Amino acid sequence: MTETSPQEFINALPFARALGMRLDSIGGGRAEISMAWDARFVGDPATGVIHGGAVSALMDTCGGAAVMSYPGALTTATIDLRIDYMRAATPGQRITARAECYHVTRRVAFVRATAHDEDSDNPVATATGAFTFDRKEST
Amino acid sequence: MSRPEPVQQVKHRRDLALKTLVDAVPYAGFLGIVFERHGDELTAVLPYDDKLIGNPVLPALHGGVIASFLEVAAIIELSWAMLWDELESGRLRPEEMAANLPRLPKTIDFTVDYLRTGLPRDGYARARVNRSGRRYASVHVEAWQDNRARLFAQATGHFLMPQRADG
Repeated sequence: MTETSPQEFINALPFARALGMRLDSIGGGRAEISMAWDARFVGDPATGVIHGGAVSALMDTCGGAAVMSYPGALTTATIDLRIDYMRAATPGQRITARAECYHVTRRVAFVRATAHDEDSDNPVATATGAFTFDRKEST
Repeated sequence: MSRPEPVQQVKHRRDLALKTLVDAVPYAGFLGIVFERHGDELTAVLPYDDKLIGNPVLPALHGGVIASFLEVAAIIELSWAMLWDELESGRLRPEEMAANLPRLPKTIDFTVDYLRTGLPRDGYARARVNRSGRRYASVHVEAWQDNRARLFAQATGHFLMPQRADG
């Protein structure tokens, strides 16, 4: 199995590409990933607000990227993810997720994340999740 | 006693209402999600597509696709349950729905439990409204691929109900 750098990690995900995700920063168990507003991702046509599922996908990808950037990480998968939706994201604005892998055990990584639109003081959503954590063999 | 409504008329009314509800959600169309209906029971179907992959090595469906599929299934089920009585009583006419779409429930929180790898094939989901009050609702969703008893994901979500004219 070949090693995958975090940058390649996001570029290699077809669904992250389909949603137009951009890796803004990564390293040391933290990641920032953003996506532009797109009419195809709208959940409620009456308001033009992006579907919660698209925000979930952004949070999940960002959480996974944060885990992959934690020292020693080899692979990861989501065990569970809870998203709290604080408010509707403003239509037309870019959504940015920031995730932090704040604790790892031998096999589990714990992640928290927030997402905001262009008003970075008021989060659109927050998330907490547990991810599998497979380490590189330390030989 | 009046004669029962002809079966084709009943099916047409229900199918048109469901189609109008689902077609109004662009993100459901983007993912390719469709709904099958038996009476009032809905099954969400996610036909496989290459763009839905998250891990190309395995390959496996993206966790975000799975979360999205479950949330779409939950919101459509909840909206369908909310509209059913109005639709059946004739107070809501499906022909008029497209021009005057019902407001959808808003997600308060959504928790997804990833039980197994999502395989590169079709997925199915069924949602159950466990509690639906005037303001809040709790919905559970189960998703499977080949075997109904082997779930690959499940989720629970809470929703804020839209205020309906008839209260």
